[in-house]
Amino acid sequence: MSRNVRVRFRLERGDFCLDIDLELPGRGITALFGHSGSGKTTCLRAMAGLERAAGGFFSVGDEVWQDEPNGIFVPTHCRALGYVFQEASLFPHLSVQGNMEFGLKRAASSKQRYDLATVADLLGIASLLSRKPAGLSGGERQRVAIARALLAAPRLLLMDEPLAALDFRRKLEILPYLERLHDELSIPVIYVSHAPDEVARLADHLVLLEDGKVVASGPLSETLARADLPPAFADDAGVVLETTLSTHEADNLSQLDFSDGHLYVGRRPEAPGSRLRCRIHARDVSLALERPRASSIVNILPATVTAVAATDTPGHVLVQLRVGTTPLLARITERSQRELAITPGQPVWAQIKGVALLA
Amino acid sequence: MYNADLGAVWLTLKLASVVTLLLLLVGTPIAWWLARTHSRLKGAVGAIVSLPLVLPPTVLGFYLLVAMGPKGPVGQLTEALGLGILPFTFPGLVIASVFYSLPFMVQPLQNAFAAIGERPLEVAATLRASPWDRFWSVAVPLARPGFMAGAIMSFAHTVGEFGVVLMIGGNIPDQTRVVSVQIYDHVEALEYAQAHGLAGGMLAFSFIVLLTLYTLNPRAGRVGQ
Repeated sequence: MSRNVRVRFRLERGDFCLDIDLELPGRGITALFGHSGSGKTTCLRAMAGLERAAGGFFSVGDEVWQDEPNGIFVPTHCRALGYVFQEASLFPHLSVQGNMEFGLKRAASSKQRYDLATVADLLGIASLLSRKPAGLSGGERQRVAIARALLAAPRLLLMDEPLAALDFRRKLEILPYLERLHDELSIPVIYVSHAPDEVARLADHLVLLEDGKVVASGPLSETLARADLPPAFADDAGVVLETTLSTHEADNLSQLDFSDGHLYVGRRPEAPGSRLRCRIHARDVSLALERPRASSIVNILPATVTAVAATDTPGHVLVQLRVGTTPLLARITERSQRELAITPGQPVWAQIKGVALLA
Repeated sequence: MYNADLGAVWLTLKLASVVTLLLLLVGTPIAWWLARTHSRLKGAVGAIVSLPLVLPPTVLGFYLLVAMGPKGPVGQLTEALGLGILPFTFPGLVIASVFYSLPFMVQPLQNAFAAIGERPLEVAATLRASPWDRFWSVAVPLARPGFMAGAIMSFAHTVGEFGVVLMIGGNIPDQTRVVSVQIYDHVEALEYAQAHGLAGGMLAFSFIVLLTLYTLNPRAGRVGQ
């Protein structure tokens, strides 16, 4: 019996058409990523049954929520899901606790995985229970909304850009809680976002949407490293590496090991053995044909070119590389590509100017 | 104050209370439908509900009188049901007043329901609340200022009606003689002192009602946040 999520929607709204057919993993966070107007939110609303895609199909594990050819459309309130909207949308007439109990009271108690106190602790809102939503900060409200959704005993959690309405500081405040959820939850989460950093930090699986169509779907690092994505995504191009912190060196650098080599970053607060996710932007990677001898760049890795693709940035191309089996992307100028004669199969040295640590 | 005056005051309050309760029952579903429907009938229904705002009360009263009279369709129905003929009775007056004050209940409620928007109801749906449950646990509490305003306005408007009462109720003590009719009688009989008593009372009452409403109004403005 598959635990996976099956989605098949075709939905027309004016001259916009959402047309997707996907199988998504039954656990972990799947990011639906795309620019505004790409159909992410419409897709999420259709999953919740808030929009009805005629002829659509949607199932979570063995529960079929929509199978129009067989006349099945389960109304939203009968679907065991949690939905976190972009604005927290707390009920203003209820206290924080009243909001959290709203779904808790209505969900089948046998399906309940968490109690109110546990979820309140998990999201750091235990001290707010008696407050009214009007007195909360944006970040607190969104955490209450997430808690409220979790307490409705969902089999699937849908999150529609839960951080988009928050300023940078509030985002930083809430991200660690989302990461905790990621580790705690055994249910699949579909996370809509147009922020590449959030996706890189949280997601396990990535679906790229453009104009209502799926342009790529797959495990995060593989999908991010594809060079054949539409140029619109290439500006944010970059890969995500799962690394392990191996040692702190005497000169205040920390060594991060990944499956095919290692990187150095400024000294990290974590202990050796910690797992760290980091992101390497294509624009931070440059290429050389010979190993640079006199260079201030610390991270220089031997790689092989696997593909070259166009980008939206004038005069630049995107080069896909492999360091062993680990994919890497580099954005270089067309002139450099011509002068260095960079073609698939060629061995190069990748110089990495910056490594962004995500957790 | 004479007994007849007290009787009129009591009758007026009774009429306004009964009408307000009935309007809560009748007006709420109409307002809910008007606030949420995309039906092409919305305009027509909205216009019909609002008619009493612009029609002379005598016109409304006249049609109701004809309809509820022995030859009218409503009159024949009530007679067939053994209820008798409604004009010139208290129940007849109640029915006429419900029509007359309908827009004063429906419009504030419709605005309050519309101000809630889709989102809180969608949130409730994702939290397992059925449509009926959503209405009671989300829409009604959030529309509370609308209910307050609608009830106060309907009550006050029913207290102040005159033309419809004359047409459909006549002037029967303790049956249909409400305060406004009683004042008219006093003036006709040149009993200005008594007219002053009742008229002053009505003035004070109306002022207090409106004062209450405008004090509540800032709350009404916060609906749906």
